[in-house]
Amino acid sequence: MMTPPSSLPQRTPDQPERKTKDMARILSILVGLFFTVALAWSFGLGFYTWATDPAAPTAEHEFHLHPKEVAFASDGAFGKFDKQQLQRGFQVYKEVCSACHSLNHVAFRDLAQLGYSEGQVKAIAAGFQVPGTDPNTGEANLRPGMPTDYFPKPFANDVAARAANNNAVPPDLSLMTKARHDGPAYVYSLLTGFQAQPAKLLKEFPDSKTPSGLHYNPYFANLNLAMAPPLTGPGQVEYGPGNPKPTVDQMAKDVSAFLIWTAEPSLDKRKQTGLAVTLFLLFATVLGYMSYRNIWAGKKH
Amino acid sequence: MAETEGVRRRDFINIAAVSAAGVAGVGIVIPLISQMSASADVLAASSTEIDISAIQPGQAIKAIFRKQPVFVRNLTPKEIEEADAVDTASLRDPQTLAERTKEGKENWLITMGVCTHLGCVPLGAGEGEIKGEFGGYFCPCHGSSYDTAARIRKGPAPKNLEVPEYEFTSDTVVQIG
Amino acid sequence: MSFPWANEYKPSHPFMQWMDERLPLPRLVYNSVGGGYPVPRNLNYFWNFGFLALICLTIQIVTGIVMAMHYAANTAVAFDTIEMTVRDVNWGWLMRYMHANGASAFFVVIYVHIFRGFFYGSYKAPREMVWLLGVVIFLLMMATAFMGYVLPWGQMSFWGAKVITGLFGAIPFVGEPLQQWLLGGFAPDNAALNRFFSLHYLLPFVIVGVVVLHIWALHIPGSSNPTGVEVKTESDTVPFYPYYIAKDGWAVGAFLFLMAVAVFYFPNALGHPDNYIPANPMSTPAHIVPEWYFWPFYAILRAFTQDFFFIPAKLMGVLAMFGAILVWFFLPWLDKSPVRSGAYRPLYRKFFWVLVVDMLVLFYCGGAAAAEPYVMISQLAALYYFAHFLIIVPIISAIEKPLPLPYSITEAVLGDDDAAQLAPAANA
Repeated sequence: MMTPPSSLPQRTPDQPERKTKDMARILSILVGLFFTVALAWSFGLGFYTWATDPAAPTAEHEFHLHPKEVAFASDGAFGKFDKQQLQRGFQVYKEVCSACHSLNHVAFRDLAQLGYSEGQVKAIAAGFQVPGTDPNTGEANLRPGMPTDYFPKPFANDVAARAANNNAVPPDLSLMTKARHDGPAYVYSLLTGFQAQPAKLLKEFPDSKTPSGLHYNPYFANLNLAMAPPLTGPGQVEYGPGNPKPTVDQMAKDVSAFLIWTAEPSLDKRKQTGLAVTLFLLFATVLGYMSYRNIWAGKKH
Repeated sequence: MAETEGVRRRDFINIAAVSAAGVAGVGIVIPLISQMSASADVLAASSTEIDISAIQPGQAIKAIFRKQPVFVRNLTPKEIEEADAVDTASLRDPQTLAERTKEGKENWLITMGVCTHLGCVPLGAGEGEIKGEFGGYFCPCHGSSYDTAARIRKGPAPKNLEVPEYEFTSDTVVQIG
Repeated sequence: MSFPWANEYKPSHPFMQWMDERLPLPRLVYNSVGGGYPVPRNLNYFWNFGFLALICLTIQIVTGIVMAMHYAANTAVAFDTIEMTVRDVNWGWLMRYMHANGASAFFVVIYVHIFRGFFYGSYKAPREMVWLLGVVIFLLMMATAFMGYVLPWGQMSFWGAKVITGLFGAIPFVGEPLQQWLLGGFAPDNAALNRFFSLHYLLPFVIVGVVVLHIWALHIPGSSNPTGVEVKTESDTVPFYPYYIAKDGWAVGAFLFLMAVAVFYFPNALGHPDNYIPANPMSTPAHIVPEWYFWPFYAILRAFTQDFFFIPAKLMGVLAMFGAILVWFFLPWLDKSPVRSGAYRPLYRKFFWVLVVDMLVLFYCGGAAAAEPYVMISQLAALYYFAHFLIIVPIISAIEKPLPLPYSITEAVLGDDDAAQLAPAANA
């Protein structure tokens, strides 16, 4: 392509003759009109309905609250688990929550990460009865847990869970703090958010009275929750010496912290690795940029 | 002459051989496509029996039919009245309650619990769930509202909740499918 | 084809000479991404996104193969095997978060890459085939990403699969059998999960194949550039190696840094919490949304709320959603302006920015609940989307008066071009 100067393209762009009556263009405009008119039609009717018959406000919309502000040791880029708090939270789970809520993805061996020794983990595991097989008869039985076992489920299946809990299935808690928006704060707010229904709500939405067997909690999506307030008063769980007082607020915070750990046991390692990786990449990128400047030096672009 | 006939015969053999390869090609496509359809074990689970004796008027249950939810609802007289009061001509998918239930069992409304829009499970069958502004079912995905005969009244769904094939094998048992 | 001034591959080592005579693979690499590929010297940073997309594809394939080593495509255990990978497999959490966030990063990069093409007219002759193959890659990516999201078998996986396969039910006559055939049953279940896994593993390699064609087609006319003026002389170009390897290299570093921040510090920010709840066919999440990168198209799907003559609203939505991407295939023939770059098209440029804002509005509405006013906003935004490509672009390409173009890339960069001095004389 050794172009001789005589055939060099011209300064102005080639302007191929524009056919004003172009079939393709007419066709595309027709297709465009098909979609735009259909949308305009949908919009028009939707707007009419919205203007004449606005959606009625609902109690859920008006009275649902976002989770409270609450801080945890594991927050932020440099946050780390407070193992003492995780142990307290585990205690709350074990003594309160575990009666109804499973922890399917957590094994007893994982508790070593909370700072328990091997012997303590064995003892904790042995304190739980897990499903086993009778070595003599082959029949299903219960045996003391071992570190390799997972936390046993409080109910054999959803039907049993429903039957025992007023037709509601207590959800598994292993991933709870990742399975809700702003999960840790949500768990904390829910546990501390039980209250009487506001008079204003009953006045504005007389049909929305909390049905019997349910409990009002503005942090729950549809306001009425099958779970009764699980943390009833201070001292419900006895914390060992050197720990804060087991108030409802403290217990709720501790168990929320514990559930951050169950949902994301690798959190500490993730953040530590992240620091090394991001710093290295920053360094490598700066080097790469300098190399780029070096190579392009003198080359205007 | 004889020579051109020979050529023709050879052509014919070549064409036939290529055709045979084509047939083989099409033949293998049939099982390759068909294997993706519902398998025998999936099809086998296509009929189910439900005990309805415990459902009080105004209550409903969710059962499972072909791995999809079915709503069995015992309508109250008021709900039946509401459904009958609607002018069917004004409906998107005109049907009367009688057409959607069995004769003499008008209080038993049995429908798939699958929104006809995009297949979500509408609310309204479980205890305490929102029933929508027409007192039947409400689909939370895109806001379709169904009335007490599970007919579409508002929202994007094109059709009423589907009534599956079913029969009452006794007063308390209904067989679906 | 390459420019006549392209450097020739001259292996010096005897082994490389031996290799070159038997399998000239090093020659191919040299001519594709090495010193043998002359590239316009004036590319801006938007041209880095093609290379970044290649990096993303590589990350997804590598981390995906690792995930597959620990995953079981069975509805009973799929969710648990993912959790097992994250909790018990060495560095499993890292692989999982890289794969999940890598998908998002891939789409960020691809959207920038596509909108670069919109602004600079990269789809225009002689690069129509590059563009068409690019749209094919985008469609394959969407299919792969959709099926990948189903694999963890969480609530959003299941309901996403149900809603999206439900779209096929809108097709007249064959819709319902087609939907059952796709799922291998009446609802998403084991059969669907297994075939989605099979295809999710296969399609990335199909994407690799189409990427090879995409790059091959690109190397026929060579890369476009921000002026839209074709390469004329050697001074317009620099060899890909070392110039653009260096530029892409540092851009990859910056990209990986941003991705690492997401993976290590906000790994779940782009995911939906409901997908940490195992799939439950009997309970619909309150608010079903696909992954964020599908939101604009999901908004278009939901914008059709009324039947249009004899066409049901649902079918209109499905037609429009697929049409919204298919229209890109026709773009080279919808936009007939002889000027490529939006930098020299004052009118087109304005509408381009309206399209960018419009896409962002569609993004927002697609992720919002299906309630007013979002539905009405998405209707207006979808209306503009179709009007833009099918009505506005064809019309402005006919009436617009473009700004004067530089004679050459060299002139655009250096202010004047010796070759340009010769041109008027030749024309005289």
